[in-house]
Amino acid sequence: MAAYLARRILSLIPLLIGITFVSFVVIQAAPGSPVELMVDMNPDASPELRERLEQYWGLDQPTHVQYWRWLRRIAIGDFGVSFAADQRPVLDKVAEALPITLLLNALSLALILLMSIPIGVYSATHRHSTIDRFATVFVFLGFAMPTFWLALLCMMFFGVELGWLPISGLQSLDYEGMSTLGRIGDRARHLILPVTIASVTSLAGMSRYMRSSMLEVVRQDYITTARAKGLSERTVIYRHALRNALLPVVTILGLSVPGLIGGAVIFETIFAIPGMGRLFYDSVMMRDYQVVMGVLVMGAVLTLLGNLLADVMYVIVDPRLRR
Amino acid sequence: MKRVLNRLAKNPLAAAGGAIVAFLFVVAMSAPLLAPYDIGAIDAKQVLNSPSWNHPLGTDGLGRDVLSRMVYGARVSLLVGFVSAGLACLIGLALGAIAGYFGGIVDAVIMRFVDIMLCFPSFFLILAVIAYLSASIWNIMFVIGVTSWMGVCRLVRAEFLTLKQRDFMVAAEGLGAPPSRVIWRHGLPNALAPVFVSFVLGVAGAILTESALSFLGIGVQPPDPSWGNILTEGKSTIEVAWWLSVYPGLAILVTVLGYNLLGEGLRDVLDPRLRER
Repeated sequence: MAAYLARRILSLIPLLIGITFVSFVVIQAAPGSPVELMVDMNPDASPELRERLEQYWGLDQPTHVQYWRWLRRIAIGDFGVSFAADQRPVLDKVAEALPITLLLNALSLALILLMSIPIGVYSATHRHSTIDRFATVFVFLGFAMPTFWLALLCMMFFGVELGWLPISGLQSLDYEGMSTLGRIGDRARHLILPVTIASVTSLAGMSRYMRSSMLEVVRQDYITTARAKGLSERTVIYRHALRNALLPVVTILGLSVPGLIGGAVIFETIFAIPGMGRLFYDSVMMRDYQVVMGVLVMGAVLTLLGNLLADVMYVIVDPRLRR
Repeated sequence: MKRVLNRLAKNPLAAAGGAIVAFLFVVAMSAPLLAPYDIGAIDAKQVLNSPSWNHPLGTDGLGRDVLSRMVYGARVSLLVGFVSAGLACLIGLALGAIAGYFGGIVDAVIMRFVDIMLCFPSFFLILAVIAYLSASIWNIMFVIGVTSWMGVCRLVRAEFLTLKQRDFMVAAEGLGAPPSRVIWRHGLPNALAPVFVSFVLGVAGAILTESALSFLGIGVQPPDPSWGNILTEGKSTIEVAWWLSVYPGLAILVTVLGYNLLGEGLRDVLDPRLRER
């Protein structure tokens, strides 16, 4: 297992370099250098100052040298300084936003797994039943659902109409004055809508995959064997079939990570949650290129980590790979 | 072709999808005839009217007729869907065919590039590029296209890997046809069926992405109407004007559902191996 994982991690290195390369190309494609952005704001700037600044930023060097320098800087976690008025390091901003997005995504993934596995198994074992039909309709609606619209409707219904749930931010105004228990409850109430809505699309997909994977497995000979030796249907389904049916689902789970992270832009903006998606959106709107690039690289790296995590889980659930 | 259509018609879900798609085509084509009002006609006396006989879907914050704006919005989503998905399929076809046909180092380079592109959350990549280009309908179509070709590329490559072994391809090569001709005349026509399915599903995806971008204010820019940017106003008037939030979203949902159903139906008809999965 260790050898397998080591091989996997090694194979990530070229991908990582590729990610930085694509990101760098995207920076280079941006019209106007950072120097121009700074100089344009200052009418007193002389041509000499421009040149000095260009030298200082290394912009007078050939492109491949610039790429190499940039790569060396981000390798040690130096993503530069935000162009925004606060001039804080990009890494600080990302470090502030990342845990929030990770928390949201972890909760979403947990919700997706908790819901999609039972739905998929039930649909597969009770094919063409009423519940299976309902699940199929839900899957098609989930795939076609514009999540931002669903968020809007939920805000309208649960937030405005019924007044049950808060519709923005992560905590109430009086959060500081609450007891520990009250704080947890307050946080949870703020998280219900964003987490549920972030899960809808992947939940639909995952239930579908779970169903088809399960249908595939129950056709296998060893399931017939298990039934023939007189095991209860319960044991056959949950001990013999489910374990095998989960294998492809684990891979799909890893593949759903970029979608979740990308989707964060939409629902974090709608619900005013200060995570990576919101940070990215705000930076795009302010043309804060340094932050944009930092988040772009981090988003891709997170995806890589998600895929690696899926691989690790795959090894855990599939004993054949553990040799 | 006729056989495909016949079998599609027998699948009720695919037929429903086809009907939705056809209906939207008609709406988009005849938008000037269907829209009861001028989409830019501001009427200060009819601000945020709820749905009525005069304005079946109500009016927005500037007193413009929502039905008219939505009818024109159908044009936008149709255009964005087709151009973006078309661009994605063209890039995917070209790169996939080259990778699958030539193999070796060319294949390795192209497929690693696909892996890299797949690592970027596509919404991040789209937003990053939009930050440099300005937000306009053409830029959006371009960006959605260049960030969503990877699936088609993998598909076409896999097709070409098997096609390459087939007798007619070997024969064409043996007769001295240059690679460009073998790929273009003999390979591509046989790899098109799955790409067609991807195209239809891609249209659905592009429409969803466009509406989300427009909703966030970085897609189609007002005063041009799009379902996404009507929803932007819906969000700010959520407490007083439900019709601005409900109808455009419903339109997006039904449209995307239509293309998805049609795409799934086509997949069943064109590739019986994938049925009931």
